[in-house]
Amino acid sequence: MAIVKTERHPDMPPPVSQTGVIGWMRENLFSTPLNIVLTVVSIYIAYSALSGLISYAFINANFAGETRDDCTGTGACWVFIKARFGQNMYGFYPVEDRWRVDVGYILGAIGLFMVLSDWFKNKKWAAIYMFAIYPIVCYFLFYGGTFGLTQVETSEWGGLFLTLVLASVSIFVALPLGIVLALGRRSEMPVVRLLCVGFIELIRGVPLITVLFMASVMLPLFLPEGVNFDKLVRALVGMSLFSAAYMAEVVRGGLQAIPKGQMEAANSLGLGYWKAMGLIILPQALKISIPSIVNTFIGLFKDTTLVLIIGLLDLLSVVKAGTTDKEWLGMATEGYVFVAAVFWVFCFGMSRYSIWLENKLHTGHKR
Amino acid sequence: MSEAANTQVVEDVAIQLIGMHKWYGEFHVLKDINLSVERGEKIVVCGPSGSGKSTMIRCINRLEEHQQGQIIVDGIELTNDVKKIDEIRREVGMVFQHFNLFPHLTVLENCTLAPIWVRKTPKEEAEEIAMKFLERVKIPEQALKYPGQLSGGQQQRVAIARSLCMNPRIMLFDEPTSALDPEMISEVLDTMISLAEEGMTMICVTHEMGFAKTVADRVLFMDAGEIIEQAPPQEFFDNPQSDRTKLFLSQILHNG
Ligand SMILES: Nc1ncnc2c1ncn2[C@@H]1O[C@H](COP(=O)(O)OP(=O)(O)OP(=O)(O)O)[C@@H](O)[C@H]1O
Ligand SMILES: [Mg+2]
Repeated sequence: MAIVKTERHPDMPPPVSQTGVIGWMRENLFSTPLNIVLTVVSIYIAYSALSGLISYAFINANFAGETRDDCTGTGACWVFIKARFGQNMYGFYPVEDRWRVDVGYILGAIGLFMVLSDWFKNKKWAAIYMFAIYPIVCYFLFYGGTFGLTQVETSEWGGLFLTLVLASVSIFVALPLGIVLALGRRSEMPVVRLLCVGFIELIRGVPLITVLFMASVMLPLFLPEGVNFDKLVRALVGMSLFSAAYMAEVVRGGLQAIPKGQMEAANSLGLGYWKAMGLIILPQALKISIPSIVNTFIGLFKDTTLVLIIGLLDLLSVVKAGTTDKEWLGMATEGYVFVAAVFWVFCFGMSRYSIWLENKLHTGHKR
Repeated sequence: MSEAANTQVVEDVAIQLIGMHKWYGEFHVLKDINLSVERGEKIVVCGPSGSGKSTMIRCINRLEEHQQGQIIVDGIELTNDVKKIDEIRREVGMVFQHFNLFPHLTVLENCTLAPIWVRKTPKEEAEEIAMKFLERVKIPEQALKYPGQLSGGQQQRVAIARSLCMNPRIMLFDEPTSALDPEMISEVLDTMISLAEEGMTMICVTHEMGFAKTVADRVLFMDAGEIIEQAPPQEFFDNPQSDRTKLFLSQILHNG
């Protein structure tokens, strides 16, 4: 005899799996004897590592005062950082003109907010502002010489300001240039492909230091007499080209992961190469490359410290120069910890944003 | 073929392949293909795997390039002229075995993308048209979902709607149901049948013999890069001429 179910089961809410903090801890941290041991050991290791750092950086540290004589504690002497804070942030940018840099930061923060955040909907204007208007405004603002602003030579730029200029310009140039190089490397035109492959392999095969060195020392030798680029511009060109080569390979990886059928479907709908690339292939390829792109950005951001060797005074160089000040000898640790903390904040920010972006762009397909 | 003869047949001939050959490297995939498809005609192409069915219909919208012979679509001969290729692709819709929907766009955006960017239709109008076709394929309620959230059958119907939004005069189908579970096949076939009833010119690579019997005006059998036999479905199934056709039919009818 057949057994037939006549009543339909009602829809029910899913069972509650979380039973508060205690329940979560019992389930995840203390479920088995081994788990208990691992938890305790990990907490101990984390405690011993962090307690030293915390007592050095906060509990036993000195914050108040003006000179090194105010540093009486056994911990860090943050007075050192405070005393030279202006220089660490702006280099030798004239004190009375530092507001120009701050205005640049504020305008940049507004732009970043418009481009990156969800709340600002009109992305077209955000992009125009950020990628066309903002760089030009920054040029006049920082360099000056017009609109009643005094000219500030780039040799006076320094500190965190210079680091941010180096990083943002190279990031700004590297991504589009990298995309172009990646497309070129996959092109069916042999000359284009050869040029792109040649460029990428050449640049990727040498250390950044040599690229910077070539850009700053060798380039002027090849240029005709009288043509002279600013040292900062030369460093920017070197860094941008270097990171573009890396970016190109990252983007190429993304392009390779897109099935052939996507291009075919776009073509069969009448979309030509550029429209298909721009609307179908690149959005998907860039999306899957986000982790690697951000990885490259982070690497690039930290590599800006290498401009030290061609005599540009970025954050690290300025802080390092400070540690050789007779007044402040023996403050190297404070200097490096401070630099590390600043870099960490920026890199961690980029990393968090990329995770947020990945989640946002996830459209329910896994490949 | 003379110029005069050419222009004369343009009126009622949608697609013409004349002595068409294609090679993949050394491999001769398509050998002397001659085919003329009238406007409104429905053709079903079948044949064993690797016989060149996909390659042949992909040549018609230049996803593959032929090396010898002529392909004339809607009175336009396919050459390396990019303008003409684009012109033809606008008139010829294609549905793929694996749907090839754009996963980063919603169903509605999938459907409006080409009309907006290729035909320059205003967005609102394109959306209206898209909704009309999504209703035709019976999934208007899925318009704002992403392809990854739909079943295979639904995805394939979106793919058909996406092609139809470009208002093509010719539709090419490359095994549109062979990646689908059995219970989803009929929903896609129903859509195709209703399309056929409206007089769309169709070339359809499929092994759905029921579909061939209901809608096809002609069934083509391909093997090893050649068109071996072509006949109206009744004749093709009841009285196949060549041995290879007989063998093929016995195999697929046996299995399915
Ligand atoms: N890009 C390519 N390069 C080289 N050979 C290819 C390529 N594409 C297809 N072929 C070969 O061409 C032949 C015909 O392929 P085609 O895809 O047209 O077959 P088909 O009749 O559609 O088969 P199926 O029923 O399996 O889809 C096959 O032997 C295949 O291996
Ligand atoms: Mg095939």
